[in-house]
Amino acid sequence: MSVQAWTYFFVALSFGLYLFIAWRTRVRDTRGFYVAGRGVPAAANGMATAADWMSAASFISMAGLISTMGYAGGVYLMGWTGGYVLLALLLAPYLRKFGHYTVPDFVGDRFASDLARVVAVSCAIFISFTYVAGQMRGVGVVFSRFLEVDIHIGVIIGMAIVFIYATLGGMKGITWTQVAQYWVLITAFLIPAIAISIKLTGSPLPQAGLGSTLEPSIAGETGVYLLEKLNQIQADLGFSSYTATFVGGWDKVNVFCVALALMVGTAGLPHVLVRFYTVKSVKAARWSAFWALLFISLLYLTAPATAAFARYYMIDSLNGKTAQELPSWFENWEKTGLILWMDDGDGVMRYSAGDDNEIFRGGSLSHAELSSIQVDHQAWLDSDGAEGADGRTALRARGLSGPDRDIIVLATPEMAELASWIIALVAAGGLAAALSTASGLLLVISSSVSHDLYYRVLRPNASESQRLSVGRSVIGVAVVVAGVFGIYPPGFVSQVVAFAFGLAAASFFPAIVLGIFSKRVGTIPAVCGILAGIGFTAFYIIACVFFGMETWTFGLFANGISPQGIGTIGMLMNFAVTLGLTPLFPKPGKEIEAMVDAGREPEAAGPAVMIESAPEH
Amino acid sequence: MSDSTDAAGSRSDSTDSASGRDASMDTAGSRAAAALQSYWRANIRIMAVLLGLWALAGLGAGILFADTLNAYRISGTGFPMGFWFAHQGSIIVFVLLILAYCLYMNRLDNRHRRELESTRQEG
Repeated sequence: MSVQAWTYFFVALSFGLYLFIAWRTRVRDTRGFYVAGRGVPAAANGMATAADWMSAASFISMAGLISTMGYAGGVYLMGWTGGYVLLALLLAPYLRKFGHYTVPDFVGDRFASDLARVVAVSCAIFISFTYVAGQMRGVGVVFSRFLEVDIHIGVIIGMAIVFIYATLGGMKGITWTQVAQYWVLITAFLIPAIAISIKLTGSPLPQAGLGSTLEPSIAGETGVYLLEKLNQIQADLGFSSYTATFVGGWDKVNVFCVALALMVGTAGLPHVLVRFYTVKSVKAARWSAFWALLFISLLYLTAPATAAFARYYMIDSLNGKTAQELPSWFENWEKTGLILWMDDGDGVMRYSAGDDNEIFRGGSLSHAELSSIQVDHQAWLDSDGAEGADGRTALRARGLSGPDRDIIVLATPEMAELASWIIALVAAGGLAAALSTASGLLLVISSSVSHDLYYRVLRPNASESQRLSVGRSVIGVAVVVAGVFGIYPPGFVSQVVAFAFGLAAASFFPAIVLGIFSKRVGTIPAVCGILAGIGFTAFYIIACVFFGMETWTFGLFANGISPQGIGTIGMLMNFAVTLGLTPLFPKPGKEIEAMVDAGREPEAAGPAVMIESAPEH
Repeated sequence: MSDSTDAAGSRSDSTDSASGRDASMDTAGSRAAAALQSYWRANIRIMAVLLGLWALAGLGAGILFADTLNAYRISGTGFPMGFWFAHQGSIIVFVLLILAYCLYMNRLDNRHRRELESTRQEG
C-alpha cells in the first residue's frame, strides 16, 4: 500500500476508535460531564493528562525547535516537565480535596468573591482559546500534508470529530479518548526515533543513543561521539555549537526566566489542573501526577534524541550533495515548501549559517509569492545575475533561512527509510496530539462558561438538565469558534502561545498556592495580585510583540527579558502585591478558614469531599 | 470543621467541666489536633526538601551551573554534563521527585490514620 493509503487507513481506524469510545462513555449528569464522575483510575488519568498536555506543538514542532536551538532547547524540555513537580506537590492533592468542578470555582470560593471568579473565568477562557486555535490549525496542517486534503476541510473534519465525542461524553468521553490518543501518539513518536537511533548509533534506546558513538559505517571512523561530531559539523558550517550553553540571545537570565515561566505556567494551566478533579481520591491525584509525568517523559526524553539525530542526518545527507545525490525525502518535502533549495549555480547544495546558505523554507509565504521568487531566482541563475533576483537574498531578508522546524519530526521516518505504514502512523499521531489537547481545552471553555458563569454567577438555581444542556451547547459553540480560528488563523496565534503560559504563571499559580498555603490572604489582596500579575504580563507581551517595544533589562541584566520569560516577573509581582497588601486587609471569615483546613487534612481524618456534598453542587 | 479551632474550643470548655468523660474527650480531641499539626508539618518538610531538589536539578544544574558543568563529561558517554541535565537529567529527576513524594505521603497518611485510630480507642 502507498503512504497515502496507509494514512487513510490509520486515520480512519483511530477516528473510529475515538467515536466508539465516545458512544460507550456518554453521560447524563453534570458530574460525569465536568469531572468524569470522579471515577478515573490514577494511571488512566495520567495517560489522559499526558495526551491532554502534549499538543500538536509538542508532537510536531518541539523536536525541531530543539534541533535548531541545541542546549537552549532545554528550556522547553525542562519548562514543560518541571511544572508537574509543582503541580504534584503544591496543587493537585489539595485541589482534589477541595472537590470543586473547575479552577475558577476554587478561586471564587476561596476568596469569596464573584469578582475573583469572573477574573479567573476570563483568564481560563482566554488561555484556552489561544491554545485551541493552534490545535485546530495543527489538525488542518496534518491533513493537508499527509492526505493532500485542503487545509480547511481538514479543520472541519477535526471539528466534527471533537464535537461528537466532547458533547456526547463530556469529560468522561474526553478522558477515555485521550487514553487511546496517548498510545497512538507515543507509538508514532517512538518507532521512528528508535529506528533512526539504531541506524546512526546502533543503540535501540534513543535516549542512550544520544550519548553514544556513531556507527563506523556512517561516521567513517570508530569511536566518534554523535554530539562531538555534531558540534564539529555545526562549527564547520558556522552555526554555534550544539551543546554549548548560553549562545546568542539565550543568555543565562533569559534561559532561567523562560524555563521558570513555562514551569509555573504549566502548573497554572486550567486544562491540566482540571484533570486532577476527575480521580477518586487525593491519593489518586498524587499518583496521577506521577503517571502523567512518567508518560510525558517518554516523549520528552526521546525528543532531544530525535532532534540531534535528525540534525546530524539532515546536514549529512544534504550538505555538499548534487541534485542526483539528494535523498528522496528531500523531493517529497520540497513540494510542501517546508524545505527549499536556492542554488548559487554550482549545482551543489550548501547549508550554512552564512550568506552562502542555499536551504530555505516557505514559511507563511503564499504559493504565488514563493513561485515568483523561484522564477526570479531561475532567471538570475540563467543570466548570470544580469536579470531576475537572487532568491537567497529575498528569503534571507524575510528570515526564512534553513528548513522549517516541523520537518524534523515529519520527515524523520523517511530519513530513516522506514516502511510506509510507519510514515502514515506519524500522521495519526499528530492528529491524536492535536485532537486530545483541543478537546481538553474545549471542556475548560465549556465548564468555565456553563458552570462558573451561568450556574455560579448568573442562574444559581438552574436545574441539572439545564446546566448539562448549556454545557453541551457551549462546547458546540466553542468548537465552531475554534474551527474558524483554525481556518482563518489570526496572525497573532503563533505569537501568543507565550501569552497563555505567561498569563497562567502570573494569575492562577500564585492565587491558588496562596489560597492553599495561607489562611491569612483575603479577597482584595488576592484580586489585586492577580490583576497586577496579568496586567503587567499582558502589557509587556503586547507591547513587545505587537508594538516593537524594546525588552526591559530592569537595570540588572545585560540583555532584556524576552516576552516568553516575562511570566516569571509577572508571577513574582503577583506574589509581592498579594503578600504586601495582606496585612492591611481583614482576615477571611471562619468558613474560609474551615475550608482551607479541610483541604489540608488527610482524607482519613475528615469527610472525603466537603464542598461537593454541599447542596449547591 | 476545623480541628484546630474545635480543639481550642473544647480546651476552654473543659476548665468549666467537672465530668471525667468530658476530660477524656478533651485529651482525645487535642491529641487528634496535635496529630494533624504534626502531619501538616511533615507534609511541609517533605515539600520543602523535594522542591529544593527540584530547583537544584532543573534551575541549578540545568541552567545556573550548566556552563560550569559542561566542562565535565559523563564518563562513557558523549554528554557534557550541563547539556545532559538540561535535556535529560532534570526530567529524570522530576519523575523521581514525584515518585518519592507519593510514596512518602502514602506512608504519612497511613501513620496519621493509625494515630487517629489509637486516639479514638483510648478515648
